Amino acid sequence: MDEPIIEALEPPKPAPTGLNIVVCIKQVPDSAQIRVHPVTNTIMRQGVPTIINPYDLFALEEALRLRDEYGGQVTVLSMGPPMAEDALRRALGLGADKAVLITDRRFAGSDTLATSFALTAALTTLAEERPIDIVFTGKQTIDGDTAQVGPGIARRMGLNQLTYVSAIDSLDLAAQGIVVRRRSEGGVQVLRSKLPCLITMLEDTNTIRRGTVQDLLRAARADVTVWSAEQAGVEDPMKCGLRGSPTVVKRVFAPSPRAEKAEMVTVEGKTPAQIGDALIDLLFARDPKLEAVVTAAAR
Amino acid sequence: MPAYTAPIRDMQFLLHEVLNIATAGVPGYDELEPDFTGAVLEAAGKVASEVLAPLNRSGDAEGCRLENGIVRTPKGFKAAFAAMKEGGWTALDSDPEFGGQGMPYLMGTAVGEIFVSANMAFNMYQGLTHGAVSAIEAHGSPEQKATYLPPMIACDWTGTMNLTEPHCGTDLGLMRTRAEPQPDGSYRITGEKIFISAGEHDLAENIIHLVLAKAPGGGEGTRGVSLFIVPKFLVNPDGSLGPRNAVSAGKIEHKMGIHGNATCVMNYDGATGYLLGDLHKGMRAMFTMMNEARLGVGLQGYAVAEAAYQNAVIYAKDRLQGRAVTGAANPTGPADPLIVHPDIRRTLMDQKSFVEGARAFTFWGASLIDRSRRQGDAGAEALISLLTPVLKGFLTDKGFETAVSAQQVWGGHGYIEDNGMAQFVRDARIAMIYEGANGVQALDLVGRKLAADGGKPVMAFFDLVKSFVKEHEADAGLKAEFLGPLKAASKDLQAAAMIFLEKAATDPNGALSGASDFLHMFGHTCLGLMWAQMAVAAQTALTEGRGDPAFLNAKIVTGRHYMARHLPATALHLARIQAGGDTVMALAPEAF
Ligand SMILES: Cc1cc2nc3c(=O)[nH]c(=O)nc-3n(C[C@H](O)[C@H](O)[C@H](O)COP(=O)(O)OP(=O)(O)OC[C@H]3O[C@@H](n4cnc5c(N)ncnc54)[C@H](O)[C@@H]3O)c2cc1C
Ligand SMILES: Cc1cc2nc3c(=O)[nH]c(=O)nc-3n(C[C@H](O)[C@H](O)[C@H](O)COP(=O)(O)OP(=O)(O)OC[C@H]3O[C@@H](n4cnc5c(N)ncnc54)[C@H](O)[C@@H]3O)c2cc1C
Repeated sequence: MDEPIIEALEPPKPAPTGLNIVVCIKQVPDSAQIRVHPVTNTIMRQGVPTIINPYDLFALEEALRLRDEYGGQVTVLSMGPPMAEDALRRALGLGADKAVLITDRRFAGSDTLATSFALTAALTTLAEERPIDIVFTGKQTIDGDTAQVGPGIARRMGLNQLTYVSAIDSLDLAAQGIVVRRRSEGGVQVLRSKLPCLITMLEDTNTIRRGTVQDLLRAARADVTVWSAEQAGVEDPMKCGLRGSPTVVKRVFAPSPRAEKAEMVTVEGKTPAQIGDALIDLLFARDPKLEAVVTAAAR
Repeated sequence: MPAYTAPIRDMQFLLHEVLNIATAGVPGYDELEPDFTGAVLEAAGKVASEVLAPLNRSGDAEGCRLENGIVRTPKGFKAAFAAMKEGGWTALDSDPEFGGQGMPYLMGTAVGEIFVSANMAFNMYQGLTHGAVSAIEAHGSPEQKATYLPPMIACDWTGTMNLTEPHCGTDLGLMRTRAEPQPDGSYRITGEKIFISAGEHDLAENIIHLVLAKAPGGGEGTRGVSLFIVPKFLVNPDGSLGPRNAVSAGKIEHKMGIHGNATCVMNYDGATGYLLGDLHKGMRAMFTMMNEARLGVGLQGYAVAEAAYQNAVIYAKDRLQGRAVTGAANPTGPADPLIVHPDIRRTLMDQKSFVEGARAFTFWGASLIDRSRRQGDAGAEALISLLTPVLKGFLTDKGFETAVSAQQVWGGHGYIEDNGMAQFVRDARIAMIYEGANGVQALDLVGRKLAADGGKPVMAFFDLVKSFVKEHEADAGLKAEFLGPLKAASKDLQAAAMIFLEKAATDPNGALSGASDFLHMFGHTCLGLMWAQMAVAAQTALTEGRGDPAFLNAKIVTGRHYMARHLPATALHLARIQAGGDTVMALAPEAF
């Protein structure tokens, strides 16, 4: 009788522990080194060194801190031209565990809608390997400046979105819950959410770590995973790049300064009500017509 | 407080345009791509400016204190040491088998410069450990390596070098510290060592002293000397710390500079020691690390000068005094900045051309050490042995001079301690003295290195210069401004070398009277060669459209300054050597 060949059976893989975090980073030109063409007034991008979008470093640091505390892994993900691999390698040197670049001619000219579409496809593909607990993005970029990509991803993936986060108060791996502070107008909101979720980190909330020699060496030796649109899991290329981008730039111009200058006025008073009254009196004294308009409207 | 910014662009230029490490064929260099070296240097620069430089002034002002046998380092040193360890900076070029990062020595040298510029005294704790690690790597038994290397490479334990005794400095043959063999194979070490850098401190769990001592049966002089490992805490077989050994710091010195580094009198009162390497071969064991240790001290010379120079430039652009002779440069201000004045420019160009040339020379030296270590290149080994006293002596003499020049730019404010320029001068001074005083380096050069292997290494150096000149002679601009002066300097040096080879036997006093001059003219010729190579590299990069044209053009101008205004010094040094020892040795000691 044949002995059962126990050795041939693959041992079950140990379940991954800790958090699976993906940080979206964008490679941008170093705006500190951009010069404007003296004649044409256009931005001269040639030869300008690239950097990781500075806002994304706050997201990366927060992700690394969570990983250091709870275990798990941090993957950095970027969409961009092949040279965006530099930015990913720099992130590896700062301590990220894995890097994925999605790059394809068909991504060229993406607006925020198309960008969040492509990134969502890649995130979904990554999640097949191991479910993602948190997606981090920066608050905004220094070149596009829209602050739309993070929310766009959250909406497409159906994740709770926690934007303008200034601190992560607590995280409960077992209960899959997180509590964060969100800066909002006039105060701080304390938000509780289920995992998975998407967090966009506010600037100046932490300081990116200095790379260690170990991480720099690992980064130099590591392979950055490079995916085309198909490999990233994009099913409808029409939703990518220029074709998938409804935004049209009509004109770019530098606004001309207004003729009249703003003036700052100050009033004094002991209570807020007194200050308010004093201010209204001052404004009405400067502009009698305003008084008529406001009192009429108030009636 | 003085500022410091790591000269990353200059280092990258040397690595990738001058030394062309990518195509150098040295094992391990293939990994040193520009992006990678840039990232490492940038990260090191951050550590330097954020962690080390802020402690330079305060560490100097506070100094070390000895309290009940325990040395306390200045405030902040402990945390900074922990940050260095955590970042992996202590183990950059150490053996991966024992926890090192295995990077080439060249990379360790570049990063080392950044750390030394930011805080020389602090960096010595790890620098000395590195030296001790190299000695154990080279001479330790497998057990000794396994016991000591991992914690020392991690800098959980630090190391020291114990040569000097009160009556025995340069002349190690006078050594009195004794080693008595014990039945268990260990030795009992008894004696007093002085001036031991980092001999005692509060940065590490254990301190591993490497001690030169005389064991019975070795004969007179240096021949009887052996090298011993003497741990502060004995190490148990499982690697944990055992009882305290009979070694202690009796005193720490009150000294001119490097106040943040504890210079200790070490008392060995029958301390347990273990032979490192062969019995009675201690001097030879020390010699194997000499090239590296001395290159490291030469590096200190120009690294401190670099920091001083950076602050001279900042001041010269900021301080308003007098008007430019050709008309006001800052007409809306009360005066022009110092940098408009030709004499200030002259000294800044002197400083800049020395520091950048010295960096090139040191990086080249480090690459020779890599070739010798990683490829077993005997020619490279012979050449670096020849150049080691030049690197040590010339770069520390000139480094000190440069620090003084940088201080001078600050006028009276340079003399005021709060401004930090005086510290650079005080710190730079020791590098001329320890690891073999510079006069002794000159002796080593003319007495030992010049005639080594029938003069083959020095001939190889002259051939190197000759073939470089020949290769580039077609370029008329280069020929006039770089190759001509280099050729002239090399000719002076050859003439001087001949005098030494002839006089060594017949007129030793006459020969040795010119030893320091020979070391200096050799140093100038090396920097001349470096500048000619940098000019070629800068020109090539310009032609091929790589790099920042402003930086590359400045390189060429700085090189022209060195060639025109410093290289001619070889003629003066030659004249002194030709003058011989008559006046030098004529007077009787009573006449002084
Ligand atoms: C009006 C307008 C017109 C534009 N027209 C064009 C155009 O014609 N052609 C063109 O190429 N571009 C164009 N752009 C730029 C392009 O839309 C954006 O750069 C891109 O969609 C990302 O948006 P953002 O830079 O504003 O990112 P934000 O939404 O500000 O970024 C938020 C965060 O999302 C993440 N993120 C953003 N981009 C990426 C990425 N590529 N990979 C990984 N993570 C990322 C980062 O974490 C970032 O911090 C235009 C932008 C605007 C505002
Ligand atoms: C701050 C500091 C840190 C130190 N750290 C260490 C350390 O960690 N470990 C250690 O072992 N030592 C250390 N030293 C000691 C240092 O290496 C010695 O001071 C140095 O080697 C010179 O020895 P010396 O002081 O006895 O001078 P001497 O040997 O007395 O020399 C005095 C002068 O005479 C010259 N001279 C001597 N012999 C000759 C000769 N034959 N021909 C021509 N000229 C000669 C020398 O060049 C020197 O200028 C340190 C010293 C200091 C000040």
